[in-house]
Amino acid sequence: MKALCFNGTNDVRIETVPDPKILNSRDAILKITTTAICGSDLHLYDGFIPMVKPGDILGHEFMGEVVEVGKDVHNLNVGERVVIPFTIACGRCFYCEHDMWSLCDNSNPNAETAEAMYGYSGSGLFGYSHIYGGYAGGQAEYVRVPFADVGHQKVPDHLTDEQVLFLSDIFPTGYMAAENCNIKPGDTVAVWGCGPVGQFAIKSAYLQGAERVIAIDRFPDRLRLAERFGGAETIDYSDEHVVERLKDMTSGRGPDSVIDAVGMEAHGYTPDAIYDRVMQAPRMITDRAHALRQAIQACRKGGTVSIPGVYGGIVDKLNMGAAFGKGLTFKMGQTHVHKYMQPLLDHIKLGDIDPSFIISHRLPLEDAPEAYKMFKAKKDGCTKVVLKPGMTRQPESEDTHAYAAAR
Amino acid sequence: MANRLGIGKGFQHEGQNTKTNVGEPERVVSVVAGSALALFGLSRGKLPGLALTLLGSEAIRRGVTGHCYIYDAVGANTATTGLSDQVSVPHDAGIRVDKSITINRSAEDLYRFWRNFENLPHFMDHLKEVKVQDNTHSHWVAKGPLDSSIEWNAEIINEKPGELIGWRSMDGASVPNAGSVQFKPAPGNRGTEVTVSLKYDPPAGKIGAAVAKLFGEEPDQQISQDLRRFKQVMEAGEVPTTQGQSVGRKV
Repeated sequence: MKALCFNGTNDVRIETVPDPKILNSRDAILKITTTAICGSDLHLYDGFIPMVKPGDILGHEFMGEVVEVGKDVHNLNVGERVVIPFTIACGRCFYCEHDMWSLCDNSNPNAETAEAMYGYSGSGLFGYSHIYGGYAGGQAEYVRVPFADVGHQKVPDHLTDEQVLFLSDIFPTGYMAAENCNIKPGDTVAVWGCGPVGQFAIKSAYLQGAERVIAIDRFPDRLRLAERFGGAETIDYSDEHVVERLKDMTSGRGPDSVIDAVGMEAHGYTPDAIYDRVMQAPRMITDRAHALRQAIQACRKGGTVSIPGVYGGIVDKLNMGAAFGKGLTFKMGQTHVHKYMQPLLDHIKLGDIDPSFIISHRLPLEDAPEAYKMFKAKKDGCTKVVLKPGMTRQPESEDTHAYAAAR
Repeated sequence: MANRLGIGKGFQHEGQNTKTNVGEPERVVSVVAGSALALFGLSRGKLPGLALTLLGSEAIRRGVTGHCYIYDAVGANTATTGLSDQVSVPHDAGIRVDKSITINRSAEDLYRFWRNFENLPHFMDHLKEVKVQDNTHSHWVAKGPLDSSIEWNAEIINEKPGELIGWRSMDGASVPNAGSVQFKPAPGNRGTEVTVSLKYDPPAGKIGAAVAKLFGEEPDQQISQDLRRFKQVMEAGEVPTTQGQSVGRKV
C-alpha cells in the first residue's frame, strides 16, 4: 500500500510499504477513506518530538471501512464505517475505567522509554513517535487499529466523512480544552492559537456556556475564521500587547480561563519568544512556551490554564510565581478521545456544529508531502488539509478558491 | 515476613560487606600460612621482605576475621551456609529481586492464573515452558546462555489460596532458585497489589549476573518487564505490540 513516511526533519515521502496485518486478537484493519494532517504532526515534521524514526508512518486522524477484525473483536463487522480515536487504549485498566483513556496503562509497547522521560507512560498514539509506542499511523491506504473493540466510533451513513472525521482528535481536543476550563455563566475564555484545535475550543466554549470568547493569533485568515465561524472576538498579537488588551476588554478582570492551543512551537515578538528560538535551535531547550507564558500572565486570579497544545519536554523561563501568586489551576494532557466521541457525534447529528467548516484543502494522499510544506508555511489560507487515498488529482483546487471566497 | 512469603530465611541478612565468607578449615590454613609468611618476610628485610610481611598479615587478618575481600569481589564464599529445609538458595549467596505492580483484577483471578504455572511462560520472557506434574510439583525449562536451556524441577512450599504462592527448585537444579508471589487488595478499589520475590544462584555467583547483565538479562529489569506483561495479559487480554506492522524503508 501507499503510506506517508517520515524520513527526517522537513522530509516526508509517499512510499510503498507492506499492507498491515492483524497482530493481536483485539486488532482490526481499516481501509482509510479520509485522513488529515494535524497541527501536532508539524511538531514531528519540524523534528521537535524525539524518537521519530525514518520509515515511520505518520497520521493520527483517520476514518474508514473495516476490512478485517481479530478474533476477540465481536462488536465490529467487515464493511462498517468507523472513526478511530488517535489515542490507543485497552478499556480495562484503572485509567480507562475512569475515563482517562489517554493515560491507558497497557497500550504503549515502549512504556519503559516513556517512563524514563516522564516517570510514567501514557497511552500509545497512532503515528506519534516511539515514546508513544511507535504505532504506524493512518496517512496511508490501510491501517492496523489495536484494541479496535473499544477504540472506534460507528458513524451513520447520512453524515459525510468530512463531518465526522475530526471526532478522531481535534474536535474532542478542543472540546476537552474548554471542559477543562470548567466554564460558568458569564465567563470569558481567551484562546491562544486559531488553528483547528483553537477553532474547536472556541466553538466548544460557547457550547459549554461561555459568555465571551477572545481568540489570539497573527494570521488574518485564521482570525477571520474565529470571528466568522466561531463568533469570537479577536486580538492580532503582531500589533497589540495581548495581556493589556485582554485586561481592557474585560474591564480589568482578566479572562476567567485561558487556553493554550499553540503548544511547544510558539511564535512571538517579545524577548522571551526570541530567547526560546535561540535556545531551541541547538536543542538547549525542547519547547518554546511563549503562548503559555502569556496565557499565565493574562489569566485572572483563581482562573484556569487549560493546555491542549502539545509539549514534549523542557520549558524554560516559566513564571511559576505568577501562577502561584494568582492561585491558578492547570489542566492539560492528551485528549481522552474515547470519552467524547459519542456525545460529540450527537452534537453533529443535532446540527449544533458541522466540523467540516475547518477544512481548507482536499487533496489525494499522494500530495501529502506538498501538503505538509503548505500547512507548515500556513500558505494559501491553509488551516486544515484532508487527504483521500485514491482521489484523483485536480488540476487547480477549486476548494481553495471557494474557501477563500467564503471568508 | 520472609516466612510468610514462603521462602524461609534465605531472604534475610544480606548486604553486609564484612560478613564471614571464608570456611573454617581455610581460616586455620590462612592464619598458619600468613604467620609463616610474615615471619619469613621480617627475616628477609628490605622491600621484598616488607611485601611478604604485609601479605602474611592480610592472610592472618583473613583467617582471624573469616572475611576475604577477594572473595567478596568475585562473589565467592567457602563458609558454611546453614541450609534450612525451607531454603533452596543459601542466604548469603545468589541474587534477589523484589518487584511489585498494581493490576486491575481481583486477587482471586490473579492467584488462579498464576497458580497454574503453565501460564507463566505467557509473560515471563526467560521461561520456555513449565509442565505441571502434580498439585505441588512442576518441571521448568528456561532460556540459558547462547540458545541453551536450563531445566529444573520445582515444588510449591507455601500456599494461601487467593493470597500467596511460594515455590523453590528441588535438589539438583543447576541454578538453584526460589520465588514467591503475594496478592493483596489495593486501597480504594485500585485492583490488586502483586509482589513477586525471586531469588536464584547463578553458577559463577555474582560474576555470572554481571555477565548476564552485559547480555541484557539484568534480572531486576527482567522481572519488571515480566510483571508489566502479566498486567497486560490480565487486564487487556494481550501484550501490545508493533512487531510485524507496516513500516517504510529505513534510511
